[in-house]
Formats: sequence, C-alpha cells, structure tokens
Amino acid sequence: MITTATPATEAPILEARGLRKSYGVLDVLKGLDLSLAPGEIVALIGPSGSGKSTFIRCLNRMEEPTGGVVKFRERQVADTFRDQGERIGIGTLRRHVGMVFQHFNLFPHKTVLQNVTEGPMIVCKRSRKEAEELALDLLGQVGLAEKQAAYPNHLSGGQKQRVAIARALAMEPDVLLLDEVTSALDPELVGEVLEVIRKLADKGMTMAIVTHEMAFAAEVSSRVLFLDGGVIAETGTPNDVILNPQNPRLQGFVARFKG
Amino acid sequence: MTYNWDFQSVWQYYDLFLWGLWISVVYTFGSVFFGIIIGFVTCAARLSQWRVLNGIARIYQEIFRCTPLLVQLLWFYYAFPLLVGGSIDNRVAALLTLSLYVGAFYAEIFRGGIVSIDKGQREAAAAIGMSPQQAMTRIILPQALKRMLPSFINQSVIQFKNTSLVSVISVADLAYMAAVVNGQTYRPLESYTVMAGLYILMLLPITQAADWIERRLRVSD
Ligand SMILES: Nc1ncnc2c1ncn2[C@@H]1O[C@H](COP(=O)(O)OP(=O)(O)OP(=O)(O)O)[C@@H](O)[C@H]1O
Ligand SMILES: [Mg+2]
Repeated sequence: MITTATPATEAPILEARGLRKSYGVLDVLKGLDLSLAPGEIVALIGPSGSGKSTFIRCLNRMEEPTGGVVKFRERQVADTFRDQGERIGIGTLRRHVGMVFQHFNLFPHKTVLQNVTEGPMIVCKRSRKEAEELALDLLGQVGLAEKQAAYPNHLSGGQKQRVAIARALAMEPDVLLLDEVTSALDPELVGEVLEVIRKLADKGMTMAIVTHEMAFAAEVSSRVLFLDGGVIAETGTPNDVILNPQNPRLQGFVARFKG
Repeated sequence: MTYNWDFQSVWQYYDLFLWGLWISVVYTFGSVFFGIIIGFVTCAARLSQWRVLNGIARIYQEIFRCTPLLVQLLWFYYAFPLLVGGSIDNRVAALLTLSLYVGAFYAEIFRGGIVSIDKGQREAAAAIGMSPQQAMTRIILPQALKRMLPSFINQSVIQFKNTSLVSVISVADLAYMAAVVNGQTYRPLESYTVMAGLYILMLLPITQAADWIERRLRVSD
C-alpha cells in the first residue's frame, strides 16, 4: 500500500534544514534537508557509511549536529534538555519523537511490561495503573501481551524488537524514527517486525525509516531519500527512486539489495 | 621433633583476641563506609567532563593504588604530621589511610561497573525522554551495581585483611593483640595460629556468600 503523499502546504511536524555533522575532519553530513509532514513516511536508503544513522540520530539529538537546524512543530531545538523560551528542549523533543534501535536496547533488568511503562511513569509522570493499561494495550498490538512478565533475555530478537517498538509508542510520539530495526534479526524474524511497522503505517504514524529492505521501503513509504556520501543524492516517490532509478549509482545500489 | 601444643595458655587471653578482632571489624567497617563515600565522589569526578576534576581524581587514585598500604600508614603517621605541624592520633591516621586506600580501589570498581554498561542503554533511556540523571539512577546504576558487587565484596574482604597492618602504628587490632599474647606466653605458634584462625572464621562465610551471590547474578543475567 502506498500512502498518498501529503500536500506540501501542511506544516511539517519535524524538519531539518542544512543539517551538518562532522567528526573532526570527517564531514559525515554535508547539509541535509528533510521535512516530515503529518502521516508521512520517509524511507532513507543508501550505502553503508553514507550517514543514514547519523542523520536520523541528529533528528532527536542523539547526536549533536555541527550545523543547521532541526525544528519540531516550527520550534527550533534548543541545546539544553529543558525548553528555552521559544526553543524546544531536547527532553521535550524526545518525548514527541520516538526512536527504535537496530540492537533493541531493551532494559535487561526490567520485565517486558516495565520496559514499556518506564517512559510513561518516569518521564510523563502517569500513574502506574494508567501506564500499565496503556502498555498492555500496546503489547497486545505488537502481539506480545502474554510476554508481559518475561525478561528481555528470554525473548527472541523479533520479540525484543516488537517490545522496543511498544516502548517507543508508549510515549505516544508524534514521529517515530527507526534505524535499521530489522538488520540484527535472523531472516525468519524480519517479517513479524515489518508487519508491526506496516500496521503503524496504516494507522497514519509519521515515520522516518532507515532500512535496507528495499521492497518494504517501496511498499510503506511515501517518499524515499537516497543518501550517498553525506548528501541526499536522490529523492522522490518509491516508484522513481527504488523501482525505476535513473541515477547510475542509485541503480547499482538498488540492484544489489533487490536480490 | 614433636611439638607440645598448648592452646590453653594462649586462649586464657581470649578477651584480648576478641577485643582485637572487634577493633579489626570496626576499622574495616569504618574504612569501607568512608571508602564508599570517597570512591563515589572520585568516580563521579572521573566520569565528569571537567578535565581538572578528572585529573585530580586520577592523581589521587594512582598515588594510593601504586604505593603499598604499609608505606601509606607510615607516611600518614610519621611524615604527614611534620608536613602540617603537630601530631596525629594513630587511630585517626589508621582510619584515614585505610579509607583513602580502599576509596581509590572502590572508585575504579564503581567506574568500571558504570562504563561496562552498553551505551545503547543510555541511548534507549534518552530516547524516551529521560534526563541524564534519570537514566543514571533508573537504568545504568541498577545494572552497574549488580556487575560491580562481586568486585566490591572482594575488595572489602581484602580490606579486612589489610587492617592487620595498622598494628605497625600501634592500633590494637587482632594482629597487634596476637603479638601481645605472644609476648605474654612466648607461644608464637599458638598465638599466631589462633589469630589466623579468627581471620578465616570471619572471612570464610563472606567469601562463600560472595560466590553464591555471583552465581545467582550470573543466572539472572
Ligand atoms: N562517533 C563517530 N566518530 C567518528 N566517526 C563516526 C562516528 N559515528 C559515525 N562515524 C562515521 O560517519 C560515517 C557515517 O556513519 P553512519 O553510521 O551514519 O552511516 P550509515 O549510513 O548509518 O551506515 P550503515 O548502513 O553501515 O549503518 C561513517 O563513515 C562512520 O565511520
Ligand atoms: Mg547505520
């Protein structure tokens, strides 16, 4: 299913302008722009080392950009954890912009349920009862309600990643950032995680997805960005970028991943 | 050669042994208590971004980790007073030295435990909007404490044995009392065997418990 592209007039939820990041002399991001409208799903593809992770990690300030601005609902992100007047604090930004990692990063000392309630209870100060109701609902949505009392090390990779998605959703985010969330999984477990993301897409969740799953990217995204050498080398509909690429480097890249 | 064991004449001084043992326990707990505080502060300094603080903490740690405890005791009791003018009570010197010594090691154990936690944990905590302090207290520390517990107990066991050195500056601990009893009875074999036995009696349950804890922690990992 291809979500209809949102009209450009709608105010973006998350926006990056001229985003730069360098590590010493190494310029990883060389001025990237991105605008995520409500309900939009952008897929980021590109060769290893092209800066995909760095890019989406700059969006929720897991990395500090060395240049450019990130805006959440028109508010520029501050350099501090707390809000600074007009500027939105990093803490507030992260409440609204969830992230799911390649290696799940579940809290091993907490049960599945506690992993999911941690954010609502500690960050959003919601009551335990409320947080647990929400968590159980979300665990049900990712098909893991019966695992609520288990500890993460008793779960399969696919189950861990689904818990991690539920944990991010428990913050009721406006945007979800996913960085190669199926890359650490055994091939037979990839499907169950993609299925969860597909359902989120159907519900209209706004997402930026870094992935090497070309078919999946083509299926769920409304727009695809091809990153190469720290710049957006190509952008367009999945049809233009993945299915009928024109740019020779992109052709080569897509051909390798289509299998 | 058959030796005529005579524990009877040594054990009549049991009150000295027990008092010495008590003193050893007091110095152990005292120095563990202050050592935890010193170790905590030093660890925080080592983990801070502030270079100067970091450097000071490092210098302190290296001084106390790279000199023998015996040397430190002698220095604090005999040399330190000359430096500042005046004198220092031997019990104060003993507690001070033991605490600074163990604090340097605790700091390293604490730091090691914290940095051993995968950085993905801090990131996952940050990603749901936790502040660095919340991430530390709710996510990093609970995991790090578990990991540092075996080394912490081990270092504390060593610390109990280390207290025997305070006898060289005349603090009346178990080792000191054993020497006193020996002076009274001229029975070094019995005196020092009783002393060794008391150390074992104290520490064996603790090392056993530590092994048990370590096994349990490994299972729940
Ligand atoms: N902390 C860092 N210090 C120095 N260089 C870094 C750091 N993090 C990333 N890089 C470099 O930045 C470049 C981009 O890395 P990034 O992880 O964003 O690529 P990627 O597109 O996500 O690649 P992959 O597909 O392998 O995940 C790489 O050359 C990487 O070596
Ligand atoms: Mg990456």
